[in-house]
Amino acid sequence: MLKEYRIALRNSGLINPESIDEFIAADGYQALRKALKSEPLGIYEEIYDSGLRGRGGAGFPTGAKEKAAAVICSDCEKYVICNADEGEPGTFKDRIIMETDPHSLIEGLVIAAYSIGAHKGFVYIRGEYELSIQRVQNAIEQAYGRGFLGKNILGSGFDFDLEVRRGAGSYLCGEELTLIESVEGKRGYPRIKPPYPAEKGLWGSPTLINNVETLANFPAIILNGAKWYRSLGTENSPGTKIFTISGDVNKPGFYEFPMGITLRELIYDVAGGIRNGKPFGAALIGGAAGTFASEQHLDVPMGYDKLREVGLTLGSGAVIVMDGTRNLNQTMLSILKFFKHESCGKCIPCRVGTTQLHNTLKDSLAQQSFNNNQVYPELIRQAELIARTSLCPLGQSPILPLKSLWEHILVKQTANK
Amino acid sequence: MEVEKILSKYPRRKDYLLEILHDIQNHSTKNFIPEEAVQRVAEHLNIKKAQVYGVIGYYSMLSIKPRGRYVIRVCASPICNMMGSCSLLDYLKQKLGVELGETSADGLFTLETSECLGNCAAAPAMMVNQEMYGKLTPEMIDSLLEHYSRQTK
Repeated sequence: MLKEYRIALRNSGLINPESIDEFIAADGYQALRKALKSEPLGIYEEIYDSGLRGRGGAGFPTGAKEKAAAVICSDCEKYVICNADEGEPGTFKDRIIMETDPHSLIEGLVIAAYSIGAHKGFVYIRGEYELSIQRVQNAIEQAYGRGFLGKNILGSGFDFDLEVRRGAGSYLCGEELTLIESVEGKRGYPRIKPPYPAEKGLWGSPTLINNVETLANFPAIILNGAKWYRSLGTENSPGTKIFTISGDVNKPGFYEFPMGITLRELIYDVAGGIRNGKPFGAALIGGAAGTFASEQHLDVPMGYDKLREVGLTLGSGAVIVMDGTRNLNQTMLSILKFFKHESCGKCIPCRVGTTQLHNTLKDSLAQQSFNNNQVYPELIRQAELIARTSLCPLGQSPILPLKSLWEHILVKQTANK
Repeated sequence: MEVEKILSKYPRRKDYLLEILHDIQNHSTKNFIPEEAVQRVAEHLNIKKAQVYGVIGYYSMLSIKPRGRYVIRVCASPICNMMGSCSLLDYLKQKLGVELGETSADGLFTLETSECLGNCAAAPAMMVNQEMYGKLTPEMIDSLLEHYSRQTK
């Protein structure tokens, strides 16, 4: 059995998430002490050198984002936001971090704030995550009590205030600019990019916005150094990743491993293989906005670039496993229903398009003469058009599961018939 | 009125709108935001009532329609779907005698769906107000409904 290597989950299950003392006893807030003694430049360069990439799904170099927010201006108002609006189907890693080790995210956030010169931050947590909200709220209060938040943190002269903000049931608010709109007290409609948040984010000010898992990696990188972090994982995807495995496996759950682990290892060694001894059918990687992997992908190393080379995306690290008896057309239909429901309606291609995709597949499946060969090329044509003309990542997503399901799996099944 | 107490907790800034609306809804035994409250929130934050309604209408957790004491949210994500949430939803509809979005005759339960509750390793999942439940079976649903019914007696 493969052994986990935990960084973001280093304290998970080992300490009481409601006790700051237990977090401190596990070297908690040591990285913050170290960071506050260094120049901000040293911090974001360390993160840049570590090669850490955004764990929310996009995989953008975290250090580059930090640097952009740090250098844009020196005396202006800046913000940091932790994106804890985890709504991607199949993904529950951020919830585990917040429920089992909320201080690691707060420590990462304060380090990030110091490195760019922000004095105010928010943790935007989806409203459905009641326990996460309570745990993070409690951790913030404790951190204030011990001088890790507030005025003159640890005597360094650095001030930083942090608040929790609750989402209220909108997948789209996990998109960074939409999330910013929501923090401002508005409907969750996306903004046009550029400008990016690092230039013009919350209330028009430079804003650094990072995912929970990304921030939970900060303290370890600051304590152990960029070189150490780079020694883990693969060349273009350094470090570890939390994989959340669900569906037809014997041991669904969350597991942290260095990047480069294969799908076969995750399914058979880590998650105990397919349930009821059935054959492997497919795995949806990265959630609803992810891609379908087939048997031929079982040995591809899980990292941003290696997966991209074979037409897959790592996304949030969700791995949804389907045994060989599953009707993948039905799975696709529920994915399209998800996008149809979550489209915010601001831009027409996405609003009309996601409904159209869902209806096309639904109507086709209801017909006796249903034929993948006719339906999928048409769905892909529509989805490509929607992706090209939509404002935000939601409209750009349906093409991913549709195209991969067709090209990696259905096209062969259809040919064999 | 409870609303005044909630409003006094927050600075008069529009970015607290969602926080205020959550609190109002959570303090209402019918899990909703009444019209008088919308009016007060709008005055307090110096924004139009339409803006408050616009925000409530956008976010699926918020409601201006009275709901049951307990809002049941069945996860409808592709994973929960695959693991049988559709039949559980049908079971709940039949058991409560309601369609999606409706409240049971005793006023206790409102049946809704959520697009993903993030409890995928324990699919199928649902929430009852703020409590999360996973690995659901019809038997578990029976005992949960009983448990919540008993709590209100």
